[in-house]
Formats: sequence, structure tokens, C-alpha cells
Amino acid sequence: MALDMREPIESGCPDGFQYMHPVMRKNFGQWKYHEHPRPGVLLHVAHSGDEIWTVRAGTQRILDLFTLRKLNQIGKEIGEGYVRFTLRSNIEYMVADGAKVEPLIQALEEAGFIVGGTANSVAMISHTQGWLHCDIPGTDASGVVKAMMDEFIDEFKNCNMPNRVHLTTSCCQINCGGQGDIAINVQHTKPPKINHDLVSNVCERPSVVARCPVAAIRPAMVEGKPSLEVDEKKCICCGACFPPCPPMAINDAEYSVLSIWVGGNHSNARSKPTFQKLVASGVPNNPPRWPEATAIVKQILSVYKEDARDWERINDWIDRIGWPRFFEKTGLPFTKYHIDDWRGSRKSLNASTHIRF
Amino acid sequence: MPKTIHETPMLDELEKGPWPSFISGFKRLRDQHPNERINAVVGDLLGQLEHSYETRKGYWKGGTVSVYGYGGGIIPRFSEVGDAFPESKEFHTVRVQPPAGNYYTTDILDQLADTWEKYGSGLITFHGQTGNIMFIGVDTDNTQHFFDEINDYGFDLGGAGPCVRTAMSCVGAARCEQSCCNEHALHRALVNEFTDDVHRPALPYKFKFKVSGCPNDCMNSIERSDFAVIGTWRDDMKVDQAEVKAFIEAKGRQYVLDNVTSRCPTSCMTLTDDDQLQVDNSNCVRCMHCLNVMCKALSPGDDKGVTILVGGKRTLKIGDLMGTVVVPFMKMDTAEDYERIVEMAGDIIDFFAENALEHERTGEMIERIGLVNFLEGIGIDVNPNMVDKPRECSYVRMDGWDEEVEKWYERKAEEKASA
Ligand code: SF4
Ligand code: SF4
Ligand code: SF4
Repeated sequence: MALDMREPIESGCPDGFQYMHPVMRKNFGQWKYHEHPRPGVLLHVAHSGDEIWTVRAGTQRILDLFTLRKLNQIGKEIGEGYVRFTLRSNIEYMVADGAKVEPLIQALEEAGFIVGGTANSVAMISHTQGWLHCDIPGTDASGVVKAMMDEFIDEFKNCNMPNRVHLTTSCCQINCGGQGDIAINVQHTKPPKINHDLVSNVCERPSVVARCPVAAIRPAMVEGKPSLEVDEKKCICCGACFPPCPPMAINDAEYSVLSIWVGGNHSNARSKPTFQKLVASGVPNNPPRWPEATAIVKQILSVYKEDARDWERINDWIDRIGWPRFFEKTGLPFTKYHIDDWRGSRKSLNASTHIRF
Repeated sequence: MPKTIHETPMLDELEKGPWPSFISGFKRLRDQHPNERINAVVGDLLGQLEHSYETRKGYWKGGTVSVYGYGGGIIPRFSEVGDAFPESKEFHTVRVQPPAGNYYTTDILDQLADTWEKYGSGLITFHGQTGNIMFIGVDTDNTQHFFDEINDYGFDLGGAGPCVRTAMSCVGAARCEQSCCNEHALHRALVNEFTDDVHRPALPYKFKFKVSGCPNDCMNSIERSDFAVIGTWRDDMKVDQAEVKAFIEAKGRQYVLDNVTSRCPTSCMTLTDDDQLQVDNSNCVRCMHCLNVMCKALSPGDDKGVTILVGGKRTLKIGDLMGTVVVPFMKMDTAEDYERIVEMAGDIIDFFAENALEHERTGEMIERIGLVNFLEGIGIDVNPNMVDKPRECSYVRMDGWDEEVEKWYERKAEEKASA
């Protein structure tokens, strides 16, 4: 059989230059400034005086072939045939001819795509795989995002927040959705339920033991079979043992809930990059539209929009007003679970008389 | 292949509302696509997804699928409820590395769509969280055919499992005025040096490269990569005072005071009485804030290069970690500069391969062994830019103090001599 097999060409990452708009190739590294003529549109001007216009649009991210071909057709017939995708999976059309911007917007909107997502918008939510094709998900991802973007579409289209807002979702506690100004992540609240009949066949026991962040797992004989045992007092319900050992079922229709975190910011602008902080939990994992999670995100966004100053990201804003006021203004309850007890956590406590009254 | 139309009352709710619906797209593939295989696969996929929505559980399990000659790059998915939904019971994802910077012509996208139409489910994402093009839903046999065809016209698989993963770079020099390096060249120089480590997972765990052209770090490289390369500059930023005046004219003086000078984290900007913006460049930390607000008036300097941070990652296993500065500044102009950075990446990957525990990320290894041991392992000297602040606790053995002080003075003398 192997004789018929084709050897792979290990070409790695392709050169993007061959697919780049000629004006961008020509002015590579020679851009002078940009403007934001309207939501969803960027104008970049090079030192040479050349211009490149960008029209950005949100899509459903999980594209079907019809949708991809429609996006391509718009790019070919109305644009100049050059596109790229942003980190948050928006499509961008680049054209040298500014007169093509309006027709592009029109064609995209007619086809149901949402032009926006630039500057101070609520950007497209970056999301993970979920029930659609992940092997360990506690919730869906594309569905949560669709339901939320239906609600935040005006903020996506109008770019009138104090600064940009990045939302992320993650469907397990590994949180591959990443850091966000607001993150909506699965949170398990009960230890794994172990199917002891399967453990010894399916799981490499020492590596499962090693995977637990709090050393709560130990090998044990259960009903005469080699299996694993969890010290439920120690277990923090993180789900890290589930991927290497699926019989340690962590996902639960009732007890896997959603938590909401705020203030993650990857940029170095003003303050150093920050991680997101827990603000709410116990939010029902409620398909198909997750209204409870959306309501809390909406509440946080409306207070932020009202209260933050120009250019303050959510973390900058909370730094200025303080956490007590954040909880007061958003009406979210502050509980013992908000006080960190993970390694290094003592540095997160207030060791001063800096208190706002 | 028989197509089954499952009732999907819950998913149907996701066809409502103004945002484009992925469920409507799935139904188009099921109902309107001329290829019966695609109709059937997506028909059963919808059935399984509805079942997940009803029971709040996922039903995919992993396995082993790869293409000839490689060990990774495919995310195998076998259904646990394949009897009820047989047409989508093998539903693997093919991870493909995008062109650096994510540029495409509509022609190449059409070509990818044509190939995918022949072999796959018809579902694609640009891009997954690691940065791959995700071709979602192909059975085991067709995986090889699909790969062979796209590989012939220049696309290659990304990483999956404990290996060097697909890298990412920002739009950068191609369109952004803040760019301080050639992000795409760096991206390709780094990841393409390690194709063997991409395709044949043999590291303790994953290793990611991300390249951002400036400290705005649009690629989240500090938070999300083991090896973050970020463009920056050493000389003075450029201030076009005429544009400063124009900005004040348009926005008002108070706007500049409130949003530019008073937001500078090191208070190194002042607006003079005659509306000149003055910068104490020796205290500017290149945070980018003022350049973002006034991109016409302010620009990075000319003496450009990169900062390298190592060890960023997400939660598993010891919690989220940011990358740490290991190289405060490095020029990135010549072929030798590129060789140096690639060599350094190789040293770090080798050290990681030898010293990390199974399933431990670079940042976790550094946390366990300490930054100093890591630096000694890869042959990089300590530098005060690597810390927020020096040690606070006196419980430390320091009987090598005099030697270390000697090294510091030697290095300083060398720097002076070579300057
Ligand atoms: S859920 Fe997390 S803490 Fe609990 S046993 Fe598994 S790995 Fe350990
Ligand atoms: S990281 Fe900097 S150079 Fe790259 S796209 Fe963002 S702002 Fe531009
Ligand atoms: S880049 Fe940041 S630190 Fe430097 S002058 Fe501007 S605001 Fe200040």
C-alpha cells in the first residue's frame, strides 16, 4: 500500500505575499496613517500617497460553501479580488479604488453580512468549537455567539463604545477562547463522575494522575478493577482529567454552568496586558439561546458605555473606579468565590487603606 | 447516500435574529447542494447537534487519523452516537496553515472551496483559535485525498498535539502604520524552520509562535504564545508638530490633555503652551497609546527591532501565564539577524523538549525551574528588563554574589567596547 502513497510536500506556512493586494505589496512597511471614515471601513494612506481601503464584515464564522462562494463572488465582482480574515474571523476586502467601498457595503449587506467591527465596536466574539466538533465541550460555541451577536449587532455596526470590546467564549475550563474584555466560559461545579468499568481500558492512569492541578486523583482498585479515585474535597472541578480519561465525565447537563469574566486585555497600551477576572457565575448553560448569559453581558456593557471615559478599555475603567464600584454599578453580587485562592493569590488582596467611599 | 431530515426545533431558534446564522448555512448544504454526500453528512450532523442541544452534552470522541508521512494535523472525530447519525459518524477536522498574515485572493479561496467540495462536508472556518484554516468534517478515507490535493498547490497541515503549532502574525507592514518589523517574514522564518516538529508531535506539549508588529499586540502573543515576537523601536518616536496642531484644531486642547498626555503610563508627554507635544523618549515605554490616538501626528522611530517574550499560555494546568521578556531588543534587519532569532527559538525548543515534564508548557517549566535556570540553559544573560521589580524576600542563598557582579561589569565593558 505504502508504495502508492504520495509523499507530503513539507512546505509549511505559505507566503502571504503572493495573495496580497498589489498596493499593499508596493507600500509594504511604508504606511503613514489611517482613518476610520465610517464603521466597518478603514482608509490607510502610505508615504507614497497611495491609498488602500478596507471594508470589514462579520459572518457566521462556521462558513458553508455557499456562504464562502458568495463572499468570494462579492470580492471578485465588486471588490478587487483580495481579502483577508481578522483574528476574530471577520472578512476584510481591500480595494485601492475608494469608489468601490459603497457598492461593497451594499452588496455585503444585501447578502446578509454585517459591515462593522472596526474601532470602538463590540467586536465579533471569538469562539471555540463546542458541541459542533470538540471532544470535551461543556456547551456549544457557535450557538452562544450567534445568540449574543443578534443582541450586540448595533454595537458591532456603530462603533460607539468608549474603546473596543473583545468578547470571547470557551466551552471548557481550558479556556482556549482566550482572554477578553468580557469572557463567557464554562464552569463545572461538581467533581467528575467516574465510570470505573472503562477506566483501565481507556485511560493511561499515571498520566491522568499527573494531569490534576491539585493532586486529587489516585490510582485505586474499585470492585476488583484497576481504576482511579478522586478526593472530592480537594477536587476543584476543573475538568483537566476528562480529555485524557473520558470515563471521568465532567460535563453535566445541570451542574456545568457558565461564568463571566471581565478585564482581559492583550494590548500594552496604557497599562501592561491583563488577565480577565471573575465577576459572575452560576449562569445557566441554556441552549439554544443562552438568554441569562447575554443579559449579564448586556448589563456590564451598558454600565461600561455609560461610565467609562474615552479610550478606557474595560480593565482601564475598572482600575479607575475600583472593584467595589464595579459590583455596585452593575448590580452583580460579590461572593467568597471572587476572592482568589490560587497560587500567588495573596498579591491580589488589598494591603492598603486605598478605599473609595 | 440517504439523506435524513432530522427535526431540529432547538437549532431552528438559531435561525432567528439579524446576525448571519450558521444553522441556515448547514441547512443550505443539506437541502440545496448538488452533491448527495454533502446533503447526507450535513443532514446527520444537524441531527447530532440537535441531540447535543437537547441533552447538553457533546458526542465526539478522538482517535487516530493522520495523513501518510505525518503524525499530526488532523483532529480526529468519531461520533459516540454514530448509529443514530451514521452519515456524519466520521467527522474529522483538517488543520491547514494559512498564508502568513491571512491574505487570500478570491481565486485561491475558490480553489480551496472546490477541493473541499469534492471530499468534505462543506464547512470551513477562517480561522481556528490557533490560527489554522479549519476544514470541518471529513471522513477518514477522504482526509488523505483532500490533503494530497491542497498540498499540491502549496498548502500544508498545521500542528495538533504536543508539537510546534501553526503560527500567527498580524496584518502588520502590509497595511499598518504602527508596524516595526516584517511580521510575515518572521512568522515564516520561525515556523517553517520547525516543520518536522509541526508534523511529527514529539515535544512534551504544544509550542506556539506569534508575531505582532508593535506593542498593541493584535495577535495576543504575550498571553497566548510560548514564543512571542513583538516589534518595537529604540530611538525617539516621530512627532509631526503640524499634525499635532491640526489634531488640536479638530478635537480641542482639552481632548489632548485628557486622552493623550494624562493617559501616558509614565507621564512622559507634555503639551506646551504653544501646542507642541514634547516627549521624554527615555521614559516612553512604547505602550502605543498616544500613537493609537494620534496616528497621523505620532509614529514609531527608525531604529526598529523586536522584543521577545517566552512562556505565555492559557489555563491548563497551573493557571494562565503571560510571557516574560527574555530579549528586550534585537535588530531584525539582516539575514544574520533572522538566523539568530531562529537559532534562539531552536535552543528554546530543545531545552523545552529536554527539561519539561510531560504535558507541561514552556511557561510552566520556567515557573517550576525558575527563570534564571532557564536563561542559563539557553545561554541568555540576565537583564533588569526581565523583571517588574527585583526580589522582595531575603531568604535566598547568595554566596556567588561577587562572581555575578564581576560578570555584570564584564558585560557592561563589552557592550561599551562594541558600541
Ligand atoms: S476535575 Fe480537575 S481537580 Fe477534579 S480530579 Fe479532575 S483534574 Fe483533578
Ligand atoms: S500589532 Fe501593531 S503592527 Fe500589528 S496590526 Fe496591530 S497595531 Fe498594527
Ligand atoms: S507610547 Fe505610551 S509611554 Fe510612550 S509616550 Fe506614548 S503614551 Fe507615553
